Amino acid sequence: MNLLAMNTDTRKQGGAGAGAQTPPHLSGGEPIISVRGLVVDYGNRHVLRQVDLDVYPGETMVILGASGSGKSTLLRHIEGLARPSAGTIRIKGIDICSASRKEMERVRRAMGVSFQSAAMFNSMTVGDNVALPLREHTNLAEPTIRLMTRMKLQQVGLSGVEDLYPAELSGGMRKRASVARALAMDPEILLFDEPSAGLDPIIAAGIDELILQLKKTFKMTIVIVTHEMQSAYLIADRMCMLYRGEMLAVGGVEEIRSHAHPHIRRFVDRAADRAEQGGAHYLTGFES
Amino acid sequence: MTFLESIGRSTIEKVEYVGGLTIQFWRGLVSSWRINPFTGSRLRRRTALRQMAIIGVEALPVVCLISGATGLIMALQGGAELRKFGAMGVVVNLVGTSMTRELGPLMAAIVVIGRSGSSISAEVGTMAVTEEIDALRTMALDPVEFVLAPKYVAMMAMMPCLTVVAVFSGILAGGIFTYFTLDMTLGVYLRRTAEILLMRDIVSSMAKAVAFGTIIVHVGCFEGFNVTGGPEGVGRSTTNAVVKSIFLVVLADLLFTAFFYFFWR
Repeated sequence: MNLLAMNTDTRKQGGAGAGAQTPPHLSGGEPIISVRGLVVDYGNRHVLRQVDLDVYPGETMVILGASGSGKSTLLRHIEGLARPSAGTIRIKGIDICSASRKEMERVRRAMGVSFQSAAMFNSMTVGDNVALPLREHTNLAEPTIRLMTRMKLQQVGLSGVEDLYPAELSGGMRKRASVARALAMDPEILLFDEPSAGLDPIIAAGIDELILQLKKTFKMTIVIVTHEMQSAYLIADRMCMLYRGEMLAVGGVEEIRSHAHPHIRRFVDRAADRAEQGGAHYLTGFES
Repeated sequence: MTFLESIGRSTIEKVEYVGGLTIQFWRGLVSSWRINPFTGSRLRRRTALRQMAIIGVEALPVVCLISGATGLIMALQGGAELRKFGAMGVVVNLVGTSMTRELGPLMAAIVVIGRSGSSISAEVGTMAVTEEIDALRTMALDPVEFVLAPKYVAMMAMMPCLTVVAVFSGILAGGIFTYFTLDMTLGVYLRRTAEILLMRDIVSSMAKAVAFGTIIVHVGCFEGFNVTGGPEGVGRSTTNAVVKSIFLVVLADLLFTAFFYFFWR
């Protein structure tokens, strides 16, 4: 919580001398995504407790956390796929928890989402998948849509796959195709859920590169949920760490890297939590 | 206390289920309007046409076969009893009215539940499990409009057609029986059947077809949309969709039959 306060302070300082090189969160602008006091309970289970998070236009925020820390739940709520028990989520100034259908549609058109499982429509070709948002939301002529689809696929390093079905692509290609679909409507915000989950290190590095490229070329606001520290260091402008549903820290890459909180230390140093796992005591009897 | 609690909980669950279905039905109706041939979405119409082929045309052989067999069974069973009273001619009435009012719509519905109800639920359930439904929502596309509406429109077009086919095949199969046992030509048999049937029978047949189709699509999609727990959940939802559809179709059949019995004599 102190870190949040610190962020606000630095933002004020940064706001005074905001130059071309000033990071987005220091330029003093309004956050494009603002989460306040988010509480999510499933029955008696508290998944998120009083989570606050600000993401500023043009920055890349990485949400870190162990499995079950609530990071994917946080992303689902930012995507507007679930309603929180309490708290507000404002995207581009619109509170999506109480937004009308029209407002929600506007928010969603400004957002592109790449899911963990890619979530391509298996009954359609890759080309039709990418073209879907364009066909549904614009009045563009079919040749234009086809051209744009090809361009979007080229942007993510895929070409000549328009007529294939998602099942015919490899995991990494499917992920890239899903990014192409997320980019179809030229969104301002791009959300990634575990972009490198289930991919080998080489392909995962390729996806990291793709995200960096998107960041550089389109100056989009990018929010990524991951537990891969390596890719987080590479991609992030700022990071935040969730632990058992609470926001432990929000800050720059170095700030999180050198943070003193024991859980963050364990996460950064890739050390096992002995208290949590019972210290693998069940193996001690076999030691010679 | 726990007994009362369990009654309360299961009552709440049932009410929630019916409530959810009702909301989905209303949204389905509104979304289906967006497929109308004049101002509706071309893309959805194309999907609806494809669904019509899957739900209707591909089901034709099975519907004919099962309804034909049912018509023949009715004639055989009826004939066996009516022979004792020397009233074999009444077999024509028996087959004609029971196929039109009752067995035609019911047999068509059962085939459609087995073929389409289960596949709708499995398809939508798989979409839910693989996050495709979530992906639709994040693209500002309503899953009810995108997934359910084309299937609903297709079902509304095809279910009455399948019912007509089912009724005809049942009656024709009855004709085979009368041809061999009563030496009645098919022409005479069909003329007599036409004389017996009333407008009430045909209206009740079509009303049932529409109601059964609505139940099958909505229960299938509702079960699919609410799948939790991966592939196992998809299997469970498919079973649920079939069992609940059969139950609700029979219940609706009873209500319609009672209504026509009491209010349109």
